[in-house]
Amino acid sequence: MRSEQRLLEMNGITKAFPGVVANDSIDFDVRYGEVHTLLGENGAGKSTLVKILFGLYQSDEGSIRLRNDPMEITAPAEAISARIGMIHQHFMLVPTLTVAENVALGTASTRRPFTDLDLVSERVAEISRQHGLAVDPSVEVRRLAVGERQRVEIVKALYRDVELLVLDEPTAVLTPGEVDDLFVILRRMADSGHGLIFISHKLREVMSLSDRITVLRNGRVVQTITPAETSTEELAQMMVGRSVNLAPDKPKREPGGVRLEVQGLTVQGDREEISVRQVDLLVRSGEILGVAGVSGNGQRELAEAIAGLRSVEAGGVVRLDGIDVTDRDVRARRDQGLGYISEERMKDGAIAEFTVGENLLLVEHGSKKFTRRGMLAFGAINKHCEKLVEDFGVKTPSVETPTSSLSGGNIQKVILARELSAKPKVLLACQPTRGVDIGATEYIHNLLIEQRDLGTATLLISEDLDEVLGLADRIAVMYEGRIVGIVPVEEARRNQIGLMMAGVPEQEARNSP
Amino acid sequence: MSDFFTLSVLVATAASGIRLATPYLLASLGETVGQRSGVLNLGVDGVMLLSAFFSYWVVLKTGNLWLAVLVGVAVGLVMGLLYGFITVVLNATQGISGIGIYIFGLGLSDLLFRRQVGTPKPVRRLPDVDIPVLSDIPHLGPALFQRNLLTYLAFLLIPTTVFLLGRTTFGLNIRSVGENPSAADSLGVSVRRTRFVAILIANSMAGLAGAALVLQLGIFQPNLTQGMGFIAVALVYFGAWRPIGVMCGALLYGLVNATVLQWKALGIIPVNGSDLAAMAPAVLTILALVVLARRVSAPAALTRPFSRH
Repeated sequence: MRSEQRLLEMNGITKAFPGVVANDSIDFDVRYGEVHTLLGENGAGKSTLVKILFGLYQSDEGSIRLRNDPMEITAPAEAISARIGMIHQHFMLVPTLTVAENVALGTASTRRPFTDLDLVSERVAEISRQHGLAVDPSVEVRRLAVGERQRVEIVKALYRDVELLVLDEPTAVLTPGEVDDLFVILRRMADSGHGLIFISHKLREVMSLSDRITVLRNGRVVQTITPAETSTEELAQMMVGRSVNLAPDKPKREPGGVRLEVQGLTVQGDREEISVRQVDLLVRSGEILGVAGVSGNGQRELAEAIAGLRSVEAGGVVRLDGIDVTDRDVRARRDQGLGYISEERMKDGAIAEFTVGENLLLVEHGSKKFTRRGMLAFGAINKHCEKLVEDFGVKTPSVETPTSSLSGGNIQKVILARELSAKPKVLLACQPTRGVDIGATEYIHNLLIEQRDLGTATLLISEDLDEVLGLADRIAVMYEGRIVGIVPVEEARRNQIGLMMAGVPEQEARNSP
Repeated sequence: MSDFFTLSVLVATAASGIRLATPYLLASLGETVGQRSGVLNLGVDGVMLLSAFFSYWVVLKTGNLWLAVLVGVAVGLVMGLLYGFITVVLNATQGISGIGIYIFGLGLSDLLFRRQVGTPKPVRRLPDVDIPVLSDIPHLGPALFQRNLLTYLAFLLIPTTVFLLGRTTFGLNIRSVGENPSAADSLGVSVRRTRFVAILIANSMAGLAGAALVLQLGIFQPNLTQGMGFIAVALVYFGAWRPIGVMCGALLYGLVNATVLQWKALGIIPVNGSDLAAMAPAVLTILALVVLARRVSAPAALTRPFSRH
């Protein structure tokens, strides 16, 4: 139950990194039995603050009090022994070890120097029963689904008897149904007296789970507030520092001819498993087809197969603007009018060490416009790049700036500028706003709709269901490599799409309450 | 060819194969521990050379075989401290650092040998020790149980390594820092300390391997190992990072080598065709690697220096 007593107090926390003050005298506290949310954009300082709490970073200034006692936390081991636990965004599990081994790791064994895994397994089973967390201690973690892995993380924390648990974006990889289950578990933990720090930028979830919300912007606390006193719009405004339009305007538009056609596409994943099964899709000129689904259900492989980066199994066909490009390479597909915004912008979207200009030029660097007798023509290139930077509102000191020094949102704008300047007939947009701040997200959303109205056929792949619901004309739901169903956006209900994302067939999902 | 398939020749070949396998086994088992913690040491050959020289030198000066073994291990330990400092404390790239260690070991052992000894002189070798009862088993006894103590030790270290990795908390730490060091770090396991200790174990065993090599041969010459340390590293891959697999690789390698030697002695293959025959074990390993590499995966964090971001 919530009490007024403070479990944790962090006062005047300041932490500077070269060139940026990540935390600027932040005050933050957690009471026993409450879920206190840290809300903010990427780079607002949420992660830095909890990393200081967990001993991964040392603060430059400020103090921490835990259960009213001053604490110095210089290493994770100290945080753990003070009964602070942390569930990281990327699971901190060793895939090749069993659940019991993962739980036991770092804890004292009763049979030192030998392990006591049988005792650990018993205790894990006990915790599972108590908290309604179904996990089998003897299974290797790599065999578990994402939702199960998260349960292992919570069991790990409970096994260590944590009192204060930090959850860093725990819902990023879950289906809406799994999110609901997680929230039940978290609420139960809070009710039994635990203090929880929930880190998120998903406003809907923040409003439903939190007792209090602290909004951070540019390393400073904007306000600490309860959900009853605020709204998602107001929270968004606090995060960004100006009013934002969360739902883009999207007039209805009649689509034209078919631009992208995918038939019977089956694709292997990285480990030679089948990750896309017999997928059929049509995208018309002037429409956005959204692909919804939890990450890892074949979306990335589907996109890579369409882009020509991944080979397809016999029988599958990809047509761009009526031309079969199944056996053609990336260059041929681009020449046929394909634009590609890849899922991981720093991995295959842009080259971090290159300048903004070089990245803008990447696709067209061989074209006649930018070369003279095989040499790069820098005059024409710089003019072209400077125009793109201006047109797409890329915030960069110059086109000579290394791309890696830009923010995620601006790098994404560079990629969009490059892809859209080629005037694609088909645009493949994968996770276009992942890790991008709200301001840039708003801009990118408007850009995608503008492209649609210009007649581009867009395949939008996103894990953010709100994004798909806001942008798409039709929504295809992907689960375990298959398209579970395709629903026009006017008929789509959030809850129904959520069920389909968990593999429930379209008809059944439609009939659910 | 029929000369080869007589019982006594086969027994002798097996015996010599097991003897030849000993240094590989010791070095590969150590390297297995190191690699399971995420540290690749390409300098094994250099460490073996240095240890082999010092072991040889100690026997030459004192005649004390066990002191020589101890010195060999100690040299490995010192090289482990150096390699640990470079790769764990300074977070240097492992591949290049390992090659540096190799060249250092190769050069220093060569220099010391020329300065201190000059021309190769034979020294005492490790005596074979018969194990009571077992050594009397016909055929099997002479092949397996009339070996030197370091060979017995090498084979005893196989279950020891299995146990260390599988059943101890330190083994759990080693496996976790080799697969996902961030996860281990977040649970309060010191990645640096775990890797450092794993490196010390790996290098001590490479040192022991060097000592075993030189004390079985009873002589030292520059570049005595001729790349054995690199083969030992390859055997870890061959054995899929499991001590039993590594043992199979080391034995296979030793037996193929022994067979080649035996065939030369029997005139089955010409002695001056030795270069081609000497390649056989390497070709075998490469083939095995090609076949195996598709099935097993290396420790996920192998060769990756760890730092908190």
